[in-house]
Amino acid sequence: MLKQIISGIQNIGHRAIESVWRLGVASRFFILVLLKSGTSLRRFDLVIRELYFTGVLSLIIIVVSGLFVGMVLGLQGYETLQKYGSESAVGTLVALSLVRELGPVVAALLFASRAGSAITAEIGLMKATEQLAAMGMMAVDPIARVVAPRFWAGVISMPFLAAMFSVMGVFGGYLVTVLFIGVDEGSYWSQMQSAVDFRFDILNGFIKSCFFGVAVTAIAVFEGYDAPPTAEGVSGATTRTVVTSSLVILGLDFILTAFMFRGVS
Amino acid sequence: MQRTTMDLWVGVFVITGIIALMILSLKVGNLNVYNPAQSYVITGNFENIGGLKIRAPVKSAGVVVGRVTNIQFSTETYDAVVTMSMDGQFEFPKDTFASILTSGLLGEQYIGLAAGGDEAKFKEGDKIMKTNSAMVLEELIGRFLFNKAAEDDSF
Repeated sequence: MLKQIISGIQNIGHRAIESVWRLGVASRFFILVLLKSGTSLRRFDLVIRELYFTGVLSLIIIVVSGLFVGMVLGLQGYETLQKYGSESAVGTLVALSLVRELGPVVAALLFASRAGSAITAEIGLMKATEQLAAMGMMAVDPIARVVAPRFWAGVISMPFLAAMFSVMGVFGGYLVTVLFIGVDEGSYWSQMQSAVDFRFDILNGFIKSCFFGVAVTAIAVFEGYDAPPTAEGVSGATTRTVVTSSLVILGLDFILTAFMFRGVS
Repeated sequence: MQRTTMDLWVGVFVITGIIALMILSLKVGNLNVYNPAQSYVITGNFENIGGLKIRAPVKSAGVVVGRVTNIQFSTETYDAVVTMSMDGQFEFPKDTFASILTSGLLGEQYIGLAAGGDEAKFKEGDKIMKTNSAMVLEELIGRFLFNKAAEDDSF
């Protein structure tokens, strides 16, 4: 009995040490990536190639989901607001919820599952097939050549994707409420413009998406680089990337929102 | 895939991203409506500001001409000091009347300016002398009941 309790406590202790150790390794890896980013700046075509895979190929899913999220927001917002006779405020509702929260957060979640998982699988498979070791043999630093360009491409494309998501959402809300339901077009745009502030809403949303971009791609490249070099290990790392980045996005979003919007109107 | 096609697509991606950011700030936001670069600051003392908040609009004839930038409580006069940043292209006479109004029944509160006839205009740091407090529902009902009681007494 006592032995079982002790081994249970040992198990908890082991897991705690393991997770702290892993966090330390991840932070050291992150700093290493930042230090070795010089190559990706000097050879920017490497970053452009990755921008194509993470940014351009994520466009479809971002644009389509942005459109549908905006349309649903418009429909639901109209249903509730028309009970109070203020259906002209639906533009404000759609724009503020998209620019402040849904744009950065949902775009980052989609980005984590679309591009983050791909980055992890690619780097993990490179490791499993010993391509990274081969690069090391040829005196090519795999972090500078493989990891850093992917990291920077993700960081660059995330704010753009979030902005496109918000724009498509606002457009989707416009489609549903103005064109289908028949809310006045002028009040849709003017109420939106008077309520959305550049500094407090748009700039803060932009900063949020930059944070998410760094978090998602840092997790993705680390999980790929750290994956056990087996088929099973790569699949586990890919799953971990999506789960961890989604949780980190949501947690980070709460912290950033608490800092940005507390005490403002 | 060919290098040039890839470059092309990435270029299109970056340009669409920048366009999206510009639409957000110009069409969705109000960056074009209000340019704080050329503005002047005026203050006004109000007996009661009601639910007025920082960033509330300052309107004249329904047009937004500025924004509330700060609200403080003065321990000298025991009233609220509201600081407003006004759009530089709109000048107001010194005897302009400022009152705190509500847009719609449940809408937000804003400062309404009614221009006077003075020749001198407001300059940076000036103070609005004629102010009108926010309408507080309880006070209004109280006054109404008081008047009603006074009327009944006269019979």
